[in-house]
Amino acid sequence: MSTAATTRIVGAPVPRKEGVDKLLGRAQYLDDLEFEGLWHGATVRSTIPRGIIRAIHFDPRINWSEFTVVTAFDIPGRNYIQLIFDDQPCLADERVNHCDEAIVLLAHPDRQRLREAAAAVRIEYDPLPPVFTIDDSERRDVIVWGEDNILKSFLLEKGDVDSAWSRAAHIVQGEYRTGAQEHLYIENNGAIAAYSEDHGITVWGSLQCPFYVHKSLMAVFNLAADKVRVIQAETGGAFGGKEDYPSIICAHAALLAMKSGHAVKIVYDRMEDLAATTKRHPSRVRHRTALDADGKLLAMDIEVATDGGAYRTLSSTVLSRATLHSPGPYACPNVRVRSRAWATNTVPYGAFRGFGAPQAIFAIERHMDEIAAAIGIDPIELRRRNFLRTGDTSATEQIMRDPVILDQLLDRALSESSYHARRARFAQENQTNPVKRGLGISAFYHGSGFTGSGERYLNSLAGVDVTPEGTVRVLVSSTEFGQGTNTILTQIAAESIGIDYADVVMAPPDTGIVPNSGPTVASRTSMVVGRLIQSAGTQLLQMLREHAGLGDAFTREEFFAACERYRAAHGEVVSLCRYQAPPDIYWDDETYRGEAYGAYAWCVQVAQVAVDTITYSAEVEDFWSVQEVGRVLNPVLAGGQVEGGIAQGIGYALYEKVVWQNGRMANNQMTNYIMPTAEDVPPIHVFFEEIPFAYGAFGAKGIGELPHDGPAPAILNAIKDATGVSFTAIPLLPEDMFARLAEPASVEEPATV
Amino acid sequence: MSATWPPIRMIVNGAPRKVSVPPMKRLLDVLREDLRLTGAKEGCGEGECGSCTVRMNGELVNSCLIPVLQADGASVETVEGLAGDGRMHPLQQAFLACGGAQCGICTPGMLMAATHLLDRNPHPTMAEIREGLSGNLCRCTGFTRIFQSVIAAASQSEPATSEQSSQAGSPTSGIRQWSDHAR
Amino acid sequence: MRGDAEAHQMVAPGTLAAVLQLIAGEPGQWTPIAGGTELMVAHAAGRLPPSRLVSLWGIPDLRFITTRPDSITIGAGATFTDIRNHAGIAADLPLLARAATWIGSIANQSRATIGGNLVNGSPAADSSPALLVYDAEVEFISLRGARRIPYSGFHTGYKKNALAPDELLYAIHIPRGFVSHRQYLRKVGTRRAMAISKVALGATALIANGLVTELRLAAASLAAFPTRLYRTEDALCGQHLDAACISAARAALLAEVLPIDDIRSSAEYRRRVAANLLDEFLVPLLTPEGPQ
Repeated sequence: MSTAATTRIVGAPVPRKEGVDKLLGRAQYLDDLEFEGLWHGATVRSTIPRGIIRAIHFDPRINWSEFTVVTAFDIPGRNYIQLIFDDQPCLADERVNHCDEAIVLLAHPDRQRLREAAAAVRIEYDPLPPVFTIDDSERRDVIVWGEDNILKSFLLEKGDVDSAWSRAAHIVQGEYRTGAQEHLYIENNGAIAAYSEDHGITVWGSLQCPFYVHKSLMAVFNLAADKVRVIQAETGGAFGGKEDYPSIICAHAALLAMKSGHAVKIVYDRMEDLAATTKRHPSRVRHRTALDADGKLLAMDIEVATDGGAYRTLSSTVLSRATLHSPGPYACPNVRVRSRAWATNTVPYGAFRGFGAPQAIFAIERHMDEIAAAIGIDPIELRRRNFLRTGDTSATEQIMRDPVILDQLLDRALSESSYHARRARFAQENQTNPVKRGLGISAFYHGSGFTGSGERYLNSLAGVDVTPEGTVRVLVSSTEFGQGTNTILTQIAAESIGIDYADVVMAPPDTGIVPNSGPTVASRTSMVVGRLIQSAGTQLLQMLREHAGLGDAFTREEFFAACERYRAAHGEVVSLCRYQAPPDIYWDDETYRGEAYGAYAWCVQVAQVAVDTITYSAEVEDFWSVQEVGRVLNPVLAGGQVEGGIAQGIGYALYEKVVWQNGRMANNQMTNYIMPTAEDVPPIHVFFEEIPFAYGAFGAKGIGELPHDGPAPAILNAIKDATGVSFTAIPLLPEDMFARLAEPASVEEPATV
Repeated sequence: MSATWPPIRMIVNGAPRKVSVPPMKRLLDVLREDLRLTGAKEGCGEGECGSCTVRMNGELVNSCLIPVLQADGASVETVEGLAGDGRMHPLQQAFLACGGAQCGICTPGMLMAATHLLDRNPHPTMAEIREGLSGNLCRCTGFTRIFQSVIAAASQSEPATSEQSSQAGSPTSGIRQWSDHAR
Repeated sequence: MRGDAEAHQMVAPGTLAAVLQLIAGEPGQWTPIAGGTELMVAHAAGRLPPSRLVSLWGIPDLRFITTRPDSITIGAGATFTDIRNHAGIAADLPLLARAATWIGSIANQSRATIGGNLVNGSPAADSSPALLVYDAEVEFISLRGARRIPYSGFHTGYKKNALAPDELLYAIHIPRGFVSHRQYLRKVGTRRAMAISKVALGATALIANGLVTELRLAAASLAAFPTRLYRTEDALCGQHLDAACISAARAALLAEVLPIDDIRSSAEYRRRVAANLLDEFLVPLLTPEGPQ
């Protein structure tokens, strides 16, 4: 822990940079922004899951001349949202492929008139048969995308899986399913756009990735980069839900602004946001596993299927991460993962904290408990026998060069949770108590940053500058949406330069001002972007020492005086750094071999559940999480990330169910989409083991997504411990548990009429 | 148009205000649009998320569910009125120190609920804190650091915080008071 | 926000007499709105048809709780905060005090009124099972006068009730004689707070030497409106409580309740959990000490 001793600001619980504004209620979220002469925008959406658009009827009782009306016909550039592939239209024109797909946009100064007008637009369709599930899509009775409904597939192979079965002492199979999950950020999606001939488009949005929106707007409007400007407003939660969707809503607002000549605001209400925006990909994962007589893994044959929804959007990269996390944190000589993302006629599934990993980890970590039961080994012992250790190779044949301390994490988790003593007590109490208690664990990694060559393709640029007013600014497109970007990056800059935290601010998150430091996703900001800021700080000092006479040791005044000397002689005081991959990184996108991730964060979680046999409901009563995320840059923020991720993971496991009716979310209200409240989240105990990562900012690795990966399998493992019943699908609601836990109705109990 | 509506008078954060708006306009919209107090947010519009929480005549309310006619003559407190004389309210200070705010969108409502709780019950138990904040959904924090913030503010207001609540607030205590399993 | 504030008319006459005068003049034309926790949700969702609303909020004649030697009377405008904070209710009607804490959250309890909870007529109404097992009566008022009926006869169908178009629900009268009764109330919701009940069951009973001499059972979310479970009561009343009797009662309940499948739960789950709740109430009564 040598770095810990040598830092002043990094590692300290400095308060959140924008915290005071948020606490005083003066932080300006999108809907709080005021514009002169603002019009409002509304979206007319498809009401059927799949069909040909025959006609659009505008009720003549509305005076349409008061309104700005936009259809696909009005799009000046390409009618595709730019993400990875071009298949999702900005506005549906010939056909619709899911319910709530945008078809017509309207703008008017008065929101009520706008609602009336939106209700007066009628779309006439020729319906086509829809597909709603992985299983239906896979059957291919109906082809809804491409030639085979397959949005993307991967094959990962290590060793020789097929020859392993004959040598196996045990073969265990299982199938595991996960449902859609809604981000439920408390601030809905929203955007404001303005247009002028001279400046082109300016949009303000609640968003994660300003340059994703920038790129998409350039294509939709056929405008040069300098004619599109994207500014992030204070963002009230995102969790991946504002990674891809803002490209759509910002384009919609901009189309209305361009045609109307007014600034236009679109803010979804909760019902529209729930119905129309992305969710976590549902999944079905099948495992077939061979083990030797000692319970050591011989072969893992894994089939991953995700439901991608109607368009490709981010499904390929989500599937990639699911593929790479599906074998779990275990050493196995023979691994095959066949994965496919299937098209269905639902809203496209998108990014959500974990990005495929929670689905894959749910499957493997439930499966490990199933294996343990099948072969008669304690689930903890089974994991221990198979954990990846330093120097082992992963399923992609990546050599684990950095320390892997799963045993240590597991030991700590067991001891902090008094695992064995508690289990012994529950075994006793459960005999007479109608409430059955149990403990379950999960062990997992989360790859930090973009997969494989992703970070090299991103080629991020970030840095710092010094203003004439004497402020150091962090120049990044990395955004703050609660997870702590502002605080962490200014901590890193202050530490690296050797000035106070208070002297560093974030430059405005505005594509007209900041360089493209990549999207704020994939647990990459602290580790990757933070590292660039650290380097930029060092480089700035070097510049000032070489060209402005800054001494080795300096006071605040000496530092800013040197900056002014530099400015007088050389112009702007700015230091930018571009991403450089760590050495010895090799990745093959075709064979899926090599360094899948530059670094891994590791975690062991323990859940204590209580299952009430009267109501068939499970509650999490206590939760422990022990993780190694490299250096912890800010313990308060890091703890908050872990706790928040676990709460979302508990919701994912036991509460949060998207109820579908004919391809549409039927429970699109907060009353009916159930997330855990302050009374439902258990005490969460968070412990860090710190091993600084050589290529992360001051030793940091990724943290944001990791905590959401493990709660669901730990909880269902605990339910099995409590009840003896294995559940293999989430969300696991009391109604689902009832089906398995209730004794069959006796003869005198009549069936429901 | 608006001049035709009878005036609604309120005391908002101690200051008299008058608006002429439709009587069924929601208090939330009046605060945000007519009085430009945008601290209270709309998260759901159905009294479920609590991000619009304010206090009216000393009661905690969801301002999205109040027709402004029913606020006529009322005293309304919003997050903008919490800090005074350039000093943050002890709860605001505690939220800043303990990490009680992340994205911040639930924070104004959460602060009002927490203020209301501590005003009535300066030394709440963990169960009381959970109940007092259960109408305010936070998607970022998992609530843990919000609970700690409330406990920190409570102990700041009077040093003799009960052993019970300070223990229960510690993230490592493992205490959860499921007092009534059969409720 | 999908509602149009300007589409609705709203008045606040300020006194009960003025409200009664107004609605007597145009019976059925005015929709009373108390704390707004139901109607404002419909308004925001764009589901409230253009209405003429008369505010009952802040009318002192409706917001009161009175304790008499043999009963407690709760004004229809009393909030659930008022109810949960009332010492007399906590002492004599603990099930009602508990039910008050089930309403939404603190910010909902401060606005939601007991009258609104009943008049809204949700099958899942949180206060109803307690009021039913306490044998509450409801009092209506109009310019024509006042009248009282048992609460068990108030709901007449899904979201329908016995109020005449010119009447308001004025008060709920609850007898105080339940101190020696066995009492039970449990709600099974979607989560611990801010939950709509999937099943709720309440019970009050007098048991002497193993004989069930008096019993009331009531449920929410098991029929089109909150209701007593008379046939299940019949299976128990006058019986010696034993395993066979409990089993018969369970069968009676399963035959009697008519829950639905909806986006919150399934009919079959609701039935079986209701039967389990009945067991949870009855089985401990087999032993002399029993639960309280």
